[in-house]
Amino acid sequence: MSTFLLMTITGIGLGALYFLVASGLTLIYGLMGVLNFAHGAFLSIGAFVGLWFATSIMKEATIPNFILAMIVGGLAAGFFALLMEQLLITRLYDRHIDQVLVTVGVALVVGAVLGGWFGNDLRLFPTPLWFLTGINFFGAIIPADRIIYIATAVGLLIGNWALLRFTRIGLIIRAGVENRNMVNALGINVRRAFSTVFFLGGFAAGIGGVLVSVYSSGVSPLIAGTYLIYGFVVVVIGGMGSVTGSFVAAMLIGVIKQFANYYVTGLGDFVIALLLAGVLLVRPQGLFGKRIS
Amino acid sequence: MNALELADVSVRINQAQILHGVSFTAPKNQVTALLGRNGVGKSSTLKAIMSLYSPTGSIKLNGTELIGTPTHAIAASGVAYVPEDREIFATLSVKENLSLASRSKISSEKMSRVFEIFPDLSTRQEQRAGTLSGGQQQMLSLSRALLNDNQILLVDEPTKGLAPKLVTEVADALAEVAKRETMILVEQNLALVKRIAQKIVVMDQGKIIFEGAPEKLSDSVWVQSVLGVSNRGKHS
Repeated sequence: MSTFLLMTITGIGLGALYFLVASGLTLIYGLMGVLNFAHGAFLSIGAFVGLWFATSIMKEATIPNFILAMIVGGLAAGFFALLMEQLLITRLYDRHIDQVLVTVGVALVVGAVLGGWFGNDLRLFPTPLWFLTGINFFGAIIPADRIIYIATAVGLLIGNWALLRFTRIGLIIRAGVENRNMVNALGINVRRAFSTVFFLGGFAAGIGGVLVSVYSSGVSPLIAGTYLIYGFVVVVIGGMGSVTGSFVAAMLIGVIKQFANYYVTGLGDFVIALLLAGVLLVRPQGLFGKRIS
Repeated sequence: MNALELADVSVRINQAQILHGVSFTAPKNQVTALLGRNGVGKSSTLKAIMSLYSPTGSIKLNGTELIGTPTHAIAASGVAYVPEDREIFATLSVKENLSLASRSKISSEKMSRVFEIFPDLSTRQEQRAGTLSGGQQQMLSLSRALLNDNQILLVDEPTKGLAPKLVTEVADALAEVAKRETMILVEQNLALVKRIAQKIVVMDQGKIIFEGAPEKLSDSVWVQSVLGVSNRGKHS
């Protein structure tokens, strides 16, 4: 029983990290139809800026300092995403091939700049000691950092939900996901909503970057790649444009991967690839996605 | 006095020329009906006005050039658009659809004016718009346009695909709206057009072939051949 609980909760923790990457991806695609391959760069920028803040500004690895570093990393990634959207993406709406080329280019440039500056070796992220402890949960000793991942993902989901549900910009985003042209035809500049979504997507990825640094025991420009791939898998399984779908898919993937790896080491990625193939065959629009006629 | 003036408006999409130098005017406080067979460019004309296509020529709203202005700015300047397929936001509630469309905080006065015309919507404010009937969706689409102070209302085939009973309801509502709004109405239902329009513009193959008062459309043979509808048709 304790093993089952341990696997489930650590799986949910892993899923939380995937969700932090995927939530921005799914909104950006759902609203703007932009396949953003530079999303991993947002994660790296968040991680490195968070590392800089935690080591140069705060120095002491306490929980409040860590949370601050996470927010600063998120804001840095959010502003970078906004800058990229304003400088590049606004010129490429409805030009999908160009979007892919440009966003892949941005990802490569950011990866190279960070690699050149900091090197590709893992740099230890100052982690509060409490993160390294275990919490007894019905007999299962759960690593405390997983609780932080889960709490952050749930917080982000609630924040996202509240923004989409109770604010005018959220209303515009929801309507824009359905029909961009009609939102414009109502006298609303939907591009402003695009910029907000890019910022929020970058912010979530940046926060994810700091948490991934803890999970991966360090920061490196190379860690973003794996999480970006999983981010895309989550978006496809959850349904493009659905934040709730991404949350459910991320949790599902995290838990399944954890169990698969527990029983046969290294089998996790293969099982997720099978799951992806199965969803694409049976429900191509994803679990919560809308069918495209 | 004209609210809207189109001069030599052309639209080309990929290799196809959709509009060929369309010119006509829509007088203030009147309903101008755009008539013609399917595919002659009526809806494209409205989309060109809204800048949903990229037209050439000149489109002036109260003397201000609209060509080159983005869609949202055209709508914000007072051009309300009710599209052919309603295009309500299906996952949003009726109330959210209305709230989104209102460019300022919805006053209870405006809301009651809308519900006075469309009483069916007042009891369905929390209902998801996608679950409304075709007629109710059409009413919602029209309501969205009526929440703002408009310079002109562009209404594209409001009775298309509706059951006869709903056609009557929508026609009555349009007649009510026509009393206070300048409107360009694209409609196949000639009886409705004659009921509310003060001016008729007939299109054929992307060009204007007739512009004048509804009474001038008296030659039923000519009407039948160009419009593909009967002049004697009555909406029920």
